[in-house]
Amino acid sequence: MKRRDFLTQSALTTAGTMLIPHFLKAFELNQLGAAPASGKTLVIVQLSGGNDGLNTVVPFRNDIYYRERPTLAIARDKVLAINDEIGFNPALESLKSLYDDGLVTVINNVGYPNPDRSHFRSMDIWQTASDADQYLQTGWLGRYLDANCAGSSSCHPHLAIEVDDTLSLALKGSSVNGLAVLDPKKLYNQTRSGLVENLATVKPAHAHDNVGYLYKTLAETVSSAEYVYDKSKQSGAGAVHTTTGTYPASELGNRLKTVSELIQSGVSTSVYYISISGFDTHINQPGQQERLLRQYGDAVKAFMGDMKASNRLNDVLLMTFSEFGRRVKQNASNGTDHGTANNVFLVGGGLPTGMQQRIFNEAPNLTNLDEGDLKYTVDFRSIYATLLRNWLKTDDVAILGRKFDTLGLV
Amino acid sequence: MPIADKQQSIQHLFWRAGFGATPAVIQRESHRPIRKVVHDLLHSHEAFAPLAVVDGESPVDRPVLRKLVREGTVDRVMLRQKIKDDTEHLRDLNGLWIERMASGQDALREKMALFWHGHFACRVRNPVAMQHYLNTIRQHALGRFGDLLMGVSKEPAMLQFLNNQQNRKNAPNENFAREVMELFTLGRGNYTESDIKQAARAFTGWGFSPDGQFLFRENQHDDGPKTIFGETGNFVGEDVIRLLLAKKPTARFVTEKLYRFLVDDQAGNLATNPRIDALADRFYSSGYDISDLLETILTADWFYEPAYIGNRIKSPVELLAGMQHTLSITFEQKQSVMFIQRTLGQVLLYPPNVAGWPGGRNWIDSSSLLFRMQLPNILLQAGQVNIKPKEDGDVNTELLARRGNRQMSATVSWTTFEQAFDNVKADKLPDALAAYLLQQPLGPAQRALVLKRVKPESTHSEQIRSLTAAIMALPEYQLC
Repeated sequence: MKRRDFLTQSALTTAGTMLIPHFLKAFELNQLGAAPASGKTLVIVQLSGGNDGLNTVVPFRNDIYYRERPTLAIARDKVLAINDEIGFNPALESLKSLYDDGLVTVINNVGYPNPDRSHFRSMDIWQTASDADQYLQTGWLGRYLDANCAGSSSCHPHLAIEVDDTLSLALKGSSVNGLAVLDPKKLYNQTRSGLVENLATVKPAHAHDNVGYLYKTLAETVSSAEYVYDKSKQSGAGAVHTTTGTYPASELGNRLKTVSELIQSGVSTSVYYISISGFDTHINQPGQQERLLRQYGDAVKAFMGDMKASNRLNDVLLMTFSEFGRRVKQNASNGTDHGTANNVFLVGGGLPTGMQQRIFNEAPNLTNLDEGDLKYTVDFRSIYATLLRNWLKTDDVAILGRKFDTLGLV
Repeated sequence: MPIADKQQSIQHLFWRAGFGATPAVIQRESHRPIRKVVHDLLHSHEAFAPLAVVDGESPVDRPVLRKLVREGTVDRVMLRQKIKDDTEHLRDLNGLWIERMASGQDALREKMALFWHGHFACRVRNPVAMQHYLNTIRQHALGRFGDLLMGVSKEPAMLQFLNNQQNRKNAPNENFAREVMELFTLGRGNYTESDIKQAARAFTGWGFSPDGQFLFRENQHDDGPKTIFGETGNFVGEDVIRLLLAKKPTARFVTEKLYRFLVDDQAGNLATNPRIDALADRFYSSGYDISDLLETILTADWFYEPAYIGNRIKSPVELLAGMQHTLSITFEQKQSVMFIQRTLGQVLLYPPNVAGWPGGRNWIDSSSLLFRMQLPNILLQAGQVNIKPKEDGDVNTELLARRGNRQMSATVSWTTFEQAFDNVKADKLPDALAAYLLQQPLGPAQRALVLKRVKPESTHSEQIRSLTAAIMALPEYQLC
């Protein structure tokens, strides 16, 4: 019996003859497609490894920058200036053109108190939105899922999708987790291996806490995988929805293409998460960072073009961050070591018009450093609070555990 | 109160106090009284043996290396080679430890070392320092908590991880003093910020020498009077450890954590639980004798109550070492055990932070559950690996992550395993295997699904293999 047949038939079966997991009932009631409250989509691109912010948004009038980075500094005439002080790395031409179209906001000096210079710890802090001396077991987007789930009869992992094979802490909640999907068809096929598919429709012999939890997770996984795959198929053709946009053949390009296809399929997902790696440039930084920044800019430009073509530019916002920036002074291996505050980009429509220039705040102050590192002026959780409250229209205080000032960015 | 049957009880003991046991051992031990089995688990015949993948090298840290590069003593090629070697040594140490867990030798020691590794969580990139730290927690895993705490506190890996090298007179770094109270001994709410500040002063000067020995640098030590927990004296680090052990909340905090690990990871608030109180009192009065505490727990009637049996979600390492032990699985590539740990979210020697792995339901999400259910097919039936764990951002561990993802050749020693089921009739096989492999009952629907995996006309041995792979793929197998 095909799963769909099972569902149809079981819906007609007298209640009690077969115990259908609660979640599947929700499926039958067609609640899986409930649109996110705000109708807005947030896409997060995480740059893992600690992207060098000073060579991404370059303070090209700053003598200290040139003094501390004799071989790494980007020459003044190469910088793609966005005002008379700072400008993009020349590899970010694509991002510059989006900026010129009014689609990019640059937030400088983003960080948190008592910064940690370990990749793992600092990424933990960014993903859980914790203080530097606090250890949380849920991610900020996982708690967003929890908040959406509270009081409702069913929780849907696919409300937040990570385009990857494994799930990041950021998307782990206490009662519901996000869904990791690199490829809707592949995930769907994984859940179609006889055992997985069939187990999702039965219940365990005993109702012990944890075994019940495993079966519930399995049923949600199978159901969400099917929902996402079904949605992403073009009606009739049987193929996964294909976007008309053209993307660069990089990993980020492919993943943003998947996001675009899912968005255009009308799937009820309000958060997408992607991470790309390689920014830990201790040695021979320039070639490596330029290659990655170019990939980033080109992929984001293609994605935004695609959103524009499908009239979704005002409903999709992309945020980019990295777990820390790098030290002001370059090291002896033509690279940079782990640092602290960094820049964050917001890209997408729906940003307020009328801002003179889309640079949120002042450029980094290189004369007032903390042991050679930049001091933060914007807490990253203020950005999260802004995105949660003003973009996703949800309760930022409940999700972040306390009130952070919102920034009037969105 | 109902007590589980003997086979299930013995399996419960071996899963919680180790990484499971082979069918032959279960059959043998099922005829002995629990207290004798527990006694043997606590008193292994084997003398403690350190795990070693590196020796002799001095654990030079990175800033030192960078300085040598600047001075021209070491060139960049050598530096890169050194970083690569370090990462490979850590991988080898990880693999060696998993292998030891899977061997079943001195299983309770390794199980407790895993617990202590999560409790005294530490990660540095230097393999010599990590190896030394690991052997310290393994050595004291069943001994006295005070020796363990003192030993770990003086480990160069821990001192570096918690920045005590930077804790100096007039410029104290409180990281170590804070974590030692919050995470290692008292738990939140049992100390003040002032206790931390004063204790940090007592720990000033604790560091290590370039050759990896604990070093008390007297000239960096603040020898003035400090007031900690209301007592005043010219305390040094050892005094703080002594004061921490004198406080009963330390025994309570450690006992509760161990109880959650061994008995019930789903327990709610245990703050006023009389059972934990009694165990903690005993632990305290015994002078923090870990073996005595373990013996008390593992021989208690309540330990074998059905509510606790089969209700613990195996951590990735428990799952992996358990499967390896049950079926004597060996991997052709060292990379495979790393791949599985990374995909499932627990890599030994790389805990996420000083708080260790959260455990329990945190191990489970859509993708990790699907991969757990595919793992038996991959390992036992040469199934294809079609996923990739994400990179962690650190350029140095990525060197390893990129290798050997899709090839996972495992050898299973089926013959030994099959022998235990030689005399079981075909129609009894599913239940006999399930009774051994699962700590949860096999439901009728699950039984029917598992039976579907057996090809018609297959031999007895083929049936055992197919059924084992199918039962190990059940959600019930994720529990112990």
